[in-house]
Amino acid sequence: MSGSGMLIFLLKIVGALVIAVLGVIIGLFYKGVDRKLAALMQSRVGPPIRQPFLDFFKLMVKENIVPENAVPWVFNGAPVLALVSTVTILYYIPFASIPALLGDSGDLILIAYLLALPAIALVAGGFSSGSTYASIGAQREMVMMMSYELPLVTTIIALGWRLSLAYPGINVFSLEILSANPIWNIVGPLGFIGAFFLLFTLAIVTPAELSIVPFDIPEAETELAGGILVEYSGRNLALFELANAVKMVVMASLTVVLFFPYNIAQLFSVSGFLATIIDILFFFVKLFVVIFFEATFIRVAVARLKINQASVSYLIFLSTIGLMGLLLIAIDYII
Amino acid sequence: MKLDKYLDRSLWVFHLNTGSCNGCDIEIVALLTPRYDVERFGIKLVGSPKHADVLLVTGPVNRKMLPRLKLIYEQTPDPKAVIVVGTCGTSGGVFYDSYNIVGPVDKHIPVDVYVPGCPIRPEAIIDGVLKAWLKLERVRGASASSAEKVQKTSA
Repeated sequence: MSGSGMLIFLLKIVGALVIAVLGVIIGLFYKGVDRKLAALMQSRVGPPIRQPFLDFFKLMVKENIVPENAVPWVFNGAPVLALVSTVTILYYIPFASIPALLGDSGDLILIAYLLALPAIALVAGGFSSGSTYASIGAQREMVMMMSYELPLVTTIIALGWRLSLAYPGINVFSLEILSANPIWNIVGPLGFIGAFFLLFTLAIVTPAELSIVPFDIPEAETELAGGILVEYSGRNLALFELANAVKMVVMASLTVVLFFPYNIAQLFSVSGFLATIIDILFFFVKLFVVIFFEATFIRVAVARLKINQASVSYLIFLSTIGLMGLLLIAIDYII
Repeated sequence: MKLDKYLDRSLWVFHLNTGSCNGCDIEIVALLTPRYDVERFGIKLVGSPKHADVLLVTGPVNRKMLPRLKLIYEQTPDPKAVIVVGTCGTSGGVFYDSYNIVGPVDKHIPVDVYVPGCPIRPEAIIDGVLKAWLKLERVRGASASSAEKVQKTSA
């Protein structure tokens, strides 16, 4: 390996550590904002914004109980797998005008697979904890996974397909290219409506990915006593909470990158370092807006669905909306 | 036992009913409403004893609930505090000396805070949780002055 190659390699390792720490901090921060806003919407005072940090540190010092009839290596490994796979997605997402750390070695298809890993880790952890409640939760999580994958993939395929028609011969699933060519700029009026349908599909898939109300059926505190997480305590629970917080940032960034990749730095006619800072700040504002509508607002506004209702609404209704979006984009291209 | 200063800003509470008439339980749920809103102190009701820091026990312990009470106490990870809520749990109340009652709660598990009342007012539960903080502070070995400070700010 040459000298400069070695340097780039080292820089990437440092960058990976920085992104992991920043991702966790930003995730917990947005989680606190989410809880505060939800409380305000219910006309409560609500916890302080640093509450998720306090919860995390508290869970880290609590006793870590492994049940007698659990499978210890799966039980302890699942939270680590969930956190690691979620943080890995951050390396493939470009933030504002900063290119993704591993942008040249992975694309949207890889992210779609990586998004399934935390859910699989949850399922493995739930089944291995040897509790009936956790088993039911894990089964529900599997049903949810199978239900929301189809609309999610429909959105991804539709975006990539339309882009490949506009610019043949490029890697259309690369997030850099997707964010450089927003779907709204390529399509006509009909396709615009189609793209809006796709945005709606992704926005409804997000609460299921994050397992928050109305799609927190696998955890369902009031009926399953915590569901998948029922046997988890202390450090393992803290890692799952962390993975969930990071996943919130991941899903919101994905929405921002795919549908709202616009930057505002050129409006102020600044360039260089200052432009990067303005873009990053604007990116955080976009993240906030997306999280507000995809997570906070939805979970305050509606109650939990039953598992069959959730499955039907994803597999039939939401898939239909996603496919209609794809169809509208196709019609838009033909005429 | 290692204790952390974050513990008293983030108490997760598990509610255990050992045969209560549901009067105290409804008052506990009232804590989550906008009027009392204990989430502003970081207090959260959780669904599993494995997640909990504080056990809120209501009801005079009946024979069927006794093994469950002991099991759930053991399932709660350390460090933990136990708060008995309502007259039944503290003394047996109207069920005192009943043939099917093996309570009160402190005969079977160590209890840190008693909140009597039939049913208790939500304010009294908040005060009880605060006393549980003080207990956890004592376990941590904080100086008496800092514990007094907490008491003063709460008053």
